[in-house]
Amino acid sequence: MAKIIEMPKLGFDMAEGTLVSWVKAEGEKIEKGEVLAEIETDKATVQVESSASGILYKQLIQADTTLPIGSPIAVIAEEGESVDLEELLGDQSSQIDEGSKQSEIEKAEAETEVLTSEEESADVEDFIKASPLARSMAKENALDLTQLKGSGPGGRIVKRDVEQALQSGAGRETLITPSIIVPGRDEHIPLSRLRSAIGKRMQESNQSIPHFFITRSFRVDDLMRVRQQMNDERDAEEKLSLNDFIVKACGLALRQFPNLNASLRDDAIVQHGDINIGNAVSLENGLLTVVVRNADQKTLNEISKETGDMAQRARDGKLRNEDVEGSTFTISNLGMYAVEDFVAIINPPEAAILAVGSAQEGAIVEQGQVKAGWLMKVTLSADHRITDGAEGALFLQHLAQFIEQPWRLM
Amino acid sequence: MSMITMREAISQALWEEMERDEKIFILGEEVGVWGGTYAVTKGFLDHFGAERVRDTPIAESAIVGAAIGAALAGMRPVAELMTINFAFVAMDHIVNQAAKMHYMFGGQMKLPLVIRAPGGGGRQLAATHSQTPDAIFAHFPGLKVVAPGTPEDAKGLLKASIRSDDPVLFIENATIYQQRGEVPEGDYVIPIGESKIQREGRHVTLVTYSKMVQYSLQAAEKLAQEGIEVEVIDLRSLRPLDMQPVIASFKRTNRAVIAEEGWLSFGVGAEVAARLYQEAFDYVDAPIRRVAQKEVPLPYNRRLEQLALPQVEDIIQAVREVLK
Repeated sequence: MAKIIEMPKLGFDMAEGTLVSWVKAEGEKIEKGEVLAEIETDKATVQVESSASGILYKQLIQADTTLPIGSPIAVIAEEGESVDLEELLGDQSSQIDEGSKQSEIEKAEAETEVLTSEEESADVEDFIKASPLARSMAKENALDLTQLKGSGPGGRIVKRDVEQALQSGAGRETLITPSIIVPGRDEHIPLSRLRSAIGKRMQESNQSIPHFFITRSFRVDDLMRVRQQMNDERDAEEKLSLNDFIVKACGLALRQFPNLNASLRDDAIVQHGDINIGNAVSLENGLLTVVVRNADQKTLNEISKETGDMAQRARDGKLRNEDVEGSTFTISNLGMYAVEDFVAIINPPEAAILAVGSAQEGAIVEQGQVKAGWLMKVTLSADHRITDGAEGALFLQHLAQFIEQPWRLM
Repeated sequence: MSMITMREAISQALWEEMERDEKIFILGEEVGVWGGTYAVTKGFLDHFGAERVRDTPIAESAIVGAAIGAALAGMRPVAELMTINFAFVAMDHIVNQAAKMHYMFGGQMKLPLVIRAPGGGGRQLAATHSQTPDAIFAHFPGLKVVAPGTPEDAKGLLKASIRSDDPVLFIENATIYQQRGEVPEGDYVIPIGESKIQREGRHVTLVTYSKMVQYSLQAAEKLAQEGIEVEVIDLRSLRPLDMQPVIASFKRTNRAVIAEEGWLSFGVGAEVAARLYQEAFDYVDAPIRRVAQKEVPLPYNRRLEQLALPQVEDIIQAVREVLK
């Protein structure tokens, strides 16, 4: 007599579980109490034991499927028994049909709900008054209209506002979709693999590496001007970002500082023969570093193109292994978010990471005179087991030559 | 080039075409002995004779009906209505017969017919004789509606209308017969259905036709003194309506004003604006504005009449609004 195995309730507040993997294959013998599958709840991964003996007649869902507790996940039958699944499962069969439509539907419903609340609020509070042209221009240039102030009638954002923003660099759209909080409802979001990996690495890094931090600012008037001049002649997709210059500058500066292009292995410092610069790329659900290999030997154009392509692949979820492996030094750049400066956690096993803030116009005192100029702050985080403050400071001094005199990068 | 009036331009077109093709004849109230209500056909009777310049009874449906019959029989009549306000009396002939015959009989017959009709307000002729009902006629497929705003266009477009094998309503604005403009020498034809940029500018697209062309050019001139560059586009014909230059201009300026003499509701401005919103939605940077006649039967009182009619100042005001 066939028996249905259901998604077990493994904790007080467990509402649903994710079947991570099947331990038994279809047609395989199974004894009562033997492990059938692995289920992940919001707290842990748990092995599910079979509540019947026989053979695993049918896996009703595929791995990585999330279902509410009590949903059928498998059918155990006697050897040689023929089971009419439809009859056995009754109307439940429609719920689980090939994989799990149930969870898809729920997901779709959840999404619909969120959309509805988004629409409602859009009607009332979040409506952005902007002309269709301003909207299409913003979309084309990945500009966040919520960051802009409209100068048209009634505060409408019009073409001139977008043009102004494009010139000043304000409102550059963030890659992070703002979360929509539903009042009075806690959401339990299972940690994605990426999220868990980031968490583990950062926790390990922050707890085990003795970080020290050095901040300094660079004069970037020339860098801004050179970039502008270079970009004037380029098509949109070929334009150089400030980050491209910084990658190249770090590549060149690191040539003189092998301790910062290194990692600690057991009792030895490994100074790497290649300078591979990792760039932190923000994704919707986390971040990744994409790696520009031999950045010191590449042209700005090559760096720009490679980084752009890899960032796109990262967002499309089509990264190749070599895109993310083998970095020897990492740059985390939050310059596009109007950040003064910040501190980054070392990306192990590397020796250092550079946190880059925004290029901002500010007051500069020179020979007793106050004048306006462009400044950019960076903070180097370094592993004290490998290097010391003076070396880090010297590195930044060396880096300054490339950033403040950008023609050295050509 | 010679500098002539709108009246002379229309008269020349008629004269030259009648000289060119014997099948062309004119008919209407007072077109012969009197020389036309607006003196467009002065001298025609003496030159072309009573066979080709026919005075008719005061019966617009008879004028248009006879013209339709003649066109079907192979002639090329140019019927004149004393004012477009009288076209309503001949409405069935114009929109139910002339506009549809070619279609309803499988293209068996052609209808090379021109109906000339002066319209427009501003001459204290009171509500029933001062209308600008151009949009009504442009509503009907099968009828071409031409309404020039300059002597050059009037002459070239009237020639095209006479040479067209389809029925054409050729609307003249009675207040601009005296308006002068340069006209090329010799025989020239301007194709029906091509809008024209009458003045280039990059800040706002001002779409207009007929009498409002001059008003729009005056408004553009004044605004230019403040550094506002207005692109004036003359539709020249309402059906077919050539939106291509209008859309191209709007994609550059992102702002538009439409000026017409007729009433606002369901008017030419509504049509042009709707097409811009549809064809160039992503280029809209401000709500499109329309300048038109106030929604009242046109008053007789001179001041009230001028208040109700769109003026140069109204166009300037609308341009300023749309540029905010």
